[in-house]
Amino acid sequence: MVEATGLRKAYRKQVVLDGIDLRVPEATVFALLGPNGAGKTTTVQILSTLIRPDGGTVRVAGHDLAAEPDRIRAAIGVTGQFSAVDPLLTGAENLRLMTDLRHLGRVEGRRVVDDLLARFDLTDAADKPVAAYSGGMKRRLDLAMTLVGRPRLIFLDEPTTGLDPRSRRAMWQIVRELVTGGVTIFLTTQYLEEADQLADRVALLDGGHLVAEGSPAELKRRVPGGHVRLHFTEPAQLAAAAGLFPAATRHDDDLTLRVPGDGGVSAVKDLLGRLDAAGVAVESMSLHTPDLDDVFLALTGHRTEEKVNP
Amino acid sequence: MSTLAHTVGDSATMLRRNLKHAIRYPSLTAVVIALPVIFLLLFVYVFGGTLGDGLGGVAGGRSAYVDYVTPGILLLAMTGAAQGTAISVAMDMTEGIVARFRTMSIARAAVLTGHVVGAVTQTLLGLVVVVGVALLVGFRPDAGPAQWLAAAGLLTLTAFAITWLSVALGMVPKSVESASNLPMPLMLLPFLGSGFVPTDSMPGWLAWFAEHQPFTPIMETLRGLLLAGPVDGGDALAAVAWCAGVSLLGYLWARRLYDRDPSR
Repeated sequence: MVEATGLRKAYRKQVVLDGIDLRVPEATVFALLGPNGAGKTTTVQILSTLIRPDGGTVRVAGHDLAAEPDRIRAAIGVTGQFSAVDPLLTGAENLRLMTDLRHLGRVEGRRVVDDLLARFDLTDAADKPVAAYSGGMKRRLDLAMTLVGRPRLIFLDEPTTGLDPRSRRAMWQIVRELVTGGVTIFLTTQYLEEADQLADRVALLDGGHLVAEGSPAELKRRVPGGHVRLHFTEPAQLAAAAGLFPAATRHDDDLTLRVPGDGGVSAVKDLLGRLDAAGVAVESMSLHTPDLDDVFLALTGHRTEEKVNP
Repeated sequence: MSTLAHTVGDSATMLRRNLKHAIRYPSLTAVVIALPVIFLLLFVYVFGGTLGDGLGGVAGGRSAYVDYVTPGILLLAMTGAAQGTAISVAMDMTEGIVARFRTMSIARAAVLTGHVVGAVTQTLLGLVVVVGVALLVGFRPDAGPAQWLAAAGLLTLTAFAITWLSVALGMVPKSVESASNLPMPLMLLPFLGSGFVPTDSMPGWLAWFAEHQPFTPIMETLRGLLLAGPVDGGDALAAVAWCAGVSLLGYLWARRLYDRDPSR
């Protein structure tokens, strides 16, 4: 659905994208993950025909970006980072604007507007000016407007930034439903959890380079750090347990033992069984699986929330 | 549907959007109409008596000046409206919705055409108000139906030209504040032409500019039509040529500005 090779973009001397390759298969969710300033929005702007790349070849929805941008525009929907709604119109009028521009016709247009208002829980606010909407309502209207005309590929640029947890989960649910319906989603986010929750494939963008790509599980596997942490009340018990697991790291100061492992149920059962058999008393235990934050730190040397200053 | 049908349909959709904005937030329109009305009253009641005597006609005085100054005030009204247009275009370009339009398969010129047709409509409505006030304060045109029609046609052409230019001017700067300043010099043109006093009363170098700038042939032709006086063929031709030229230039410039990358 999206194929980009050697994508480059610079503003004056500042290189924003330094030759990135992307491939997004149909009906999947692709997440572009990275800190502020990594080039995520620029990537979306290029792929959605808003700005022109300096170099590289791009095909979106089967059409060449340079040759047939209008064919691409007919196949995509974009929900940008800044709300793309008309604040001076009402919610219903905003949607009517979209049905008119997609040339749906009067009857079909009205049906689509009513459907989307209901689906996005905006029926009661339909005739209020958008300027009076809350942030979550604006974001829902924004996405509803994007869905008019049933685009096959939808770009979501940081769709949940600034939303409360409830609205964020609602947005995730909508994304999942869209994918079930065969829509391809190209998502950017700075939230690792979001990529983890939604994406089939994740690419990590940092300073204009792709530093890693794969499924969330694959990326996590590339990074060590999964372990079971055992807490003890007595040094003797800690010593006994450490004897059982030679690969473990022992912390005498807080009486804990880190046993490497993926945190799977059978591994934990096995571990507890061996402790039990040896008569070692464990006060408590906790599981640590590597998350994408660990991946990011391991691959780039900094965490996602840090701003990259070149 | 054909490309042309799409262009017309999309432009009509954008026009509806702009007219809704104008109806719901009429303050900008009101200011744009109030300004020429204030100038009209100022020039008729404060300066009119003296300036009218200086026209050198048989009647002279305030009543002669109302007839003389009204075409100038109409042009002044258009330049005021141009400022309003530049402001609303500049504001619109900062909205996320225009970025959305750019990523949709809609006729490329539709966003701009919607602005232009909306602004021309508003401008012409504003001119009707100004003419109404002028009639109330003593403007006595002698034009017959054909001359009124010709005058309306010329005013529409002029509004079209000024509007395309101001749409382009609205997109030149990044900020709305600068966009509101750019069309300002246009407001001086009726003064630096035959709008308020005959050009032969000016010093030589200024008279030369006043006679060769685009507003003078437009105002002279309007004056001739409305007062049923003689219309100079050369003036009329120059007026239409200026309008066509500025329209084309404004259109091409605006399209070019709209097509450039929106990011800085």
